[in-house]
Amino acid sequence: MQFYSKKVLEHFTRPHNQGKIKNPSAVATVGNPRCGDIMRLYIKVSKNKKGTEILEDVKFETLGCGAAIATSSMITDLAKGKTLEEAMKISRNDVSEELQGLPPAKEHCSNLAAEALHKAIEEYNKRKIKKKK
Amino acid sequence: MAHKIYLDYAATTPVDKKVLKAILPYFSEKFGNAMSIHQFGQEALKAVDKAREQVAEFLKCSPTEIIFTSGATESNNLAIKGALRSYYSRPENKNKKPHIITTKFEHHCVLDTCKILEKEASAEVTYLPVYKEGVVKIEDVKKAIKPNTILISVMHVNNEIGTVQPIIAIGKLLRELRIRAKELRYPLFHTDATQGVNYFDCDMTKLNVDLLSFSAHKIYGPKGVGVLFVRKNTPIKRIQDGGDQEYKLRAGTHNVPGIVGLGEAISQLTTNNKQQTTKIINLRDYLIQRVIKEIPRSYLNGSLEKRSPNNANFRFDNVEGEGLVLSLDMEGIAASTGSACSSGALEPSHVLLAIGLKPEQAHGSLRLTLGKHTTKKEIDFTANKLKEIIKRLRSISGKVLEEFK
Repeated sequence: MQFYSKKVLEHFTRPHNQGKIKNPSAVATVGNPRCGDIMRLYIKVSKNKKGTEILEDVKFETLGCGAAIATSSMITDLAKGKTLEEAMKISRNDVSEELQGLPPAKEHCSNLAAEALHKAIEEYNKRKIKKKK
Repeated sequence: MAHKIYLDYAATTPVDKKVLKAILPYFSEKFGNAMSIHQFGQEALKAVDKAREQVAEFLKCSPTEIIFTSGATESNNLAIKGALRSYYSRPENKNKKPHIITTKFEHHCVLDTCKILEKEASAEVTYLPVYKEGVVKIEDVKKAIKPNTILISVMHVNNEIGTVQPIIAIGKLLRELRIRAKELRYPLFHTDATQGVNYFDCDMTKLNVDLLSFSAHKIYGPKGVGVLFVRKNTPIKRIQDGGDQEYKLRAGTHNVPGIVGLGEAISQLTTNNKQQTTKIINLRDYLIQRVIKEIPRSYLNGSLEKRSPNNANFRFDNVEGEGLVLSLDMEGIAASTGSACSSGALEPSHVLLAIGLKPEQAHGSLRLTLGKHTTKKEIDFTANKLKEIIKRLRSISGKVLEEFK
């Protein structure tokens, strides 16, 4: 198959970290039923030995095409164990590079994973501020 | 798995062995240009004439009513733009904008042609609804006709959902209308029969169409060749200049091997069609039964009764079509979907939207089209795999769609 890279097909066939997290620190949903891709990302935040907040666990649920599922799976691999600051720096380019590239049309419409991750972290930060208040 | 299963016969078909054998000499050995007067040319012309007769025999029309083209897309362009050109060639029509009627779910080569004519302001167009069943209503056609209607273009069989349109009834209506109005020229009736010729009677003495298009590669012939049937005295002008081929209606050197292949493919249809069609209907019905019964929240798109023998078009809740086609392909099963993700477009199939599906429903569609080589074993394998794949994709998608709303 020429359309998708080997890596995309790997992640599509056997996605990593698929499913829900019970009592997540935050959840974010991105995408649009019109385009056909909806991605939901769950994050669990904890502190490492240094006391910095890290993503202890990241999971996803995705309704979408091969690229949407593969990018979801890839973002969980890239984000897990990272500090929140590091995770905010993961870009959609990082995701597609790790997947050995995506078809141009997919780059535009199905590479939503980084956006979902950033949104989830922002959601977590908002919740934290609210709690403090 | 080693054995690949092809269930995309509505996209294209393999060239029949006999057809291939007929074609091969016309590349290097009998390579003449059918317009040349020497023996090489005459040999090619003879082959083109034979093919024209084979097509005429199938359509029960005169060979002079057959125009060879590069395929159904060109035939449809020629039918619509050629009819319009002929209309405007009459001085009295110069400032009278004509009206065209078509349906919302035609193939893009008809729809886009109509849209460009609208954009250029050279015609006004009515797009008829097709309802949940995917079938045009004859009353809608009747209501849409205006004094300036010059052409009605309704496809014979829809390429995605396989629904059959009331071509005979529309033809009859127009014929009566034309006789009553003593307006013997308009409105013309065109049908894109690309998905129809394989399974339906295309007897031009029974179908009251003026123009009919189809291509060879959907009937086990080669790609890049098609036909436009043009009934005698139909007002139409060529849209491509540069040669007098095809009764001056289609300039360009004849695709001799392609035309030979088309002729051979269509004569094969006449000889062994009925038995084959029954076999395909039975397999298709078996497939539909198994899928609807064994896969929860699965639905058939479009009418079951008014449907081409080879077409099954499903949709599944909480599944996206491209991922589905990709997963099937990994199992060696070739299928297609109306999901946007498969085509690079952002909107899902216009056909599925035309029958009233929501975009998220249209994204979950799967088209399986059978052909003469399809076996029961293949259908069973496909149904089994489909069950597994849908389960897997649903486990990945969870309930994101419900929760999104």
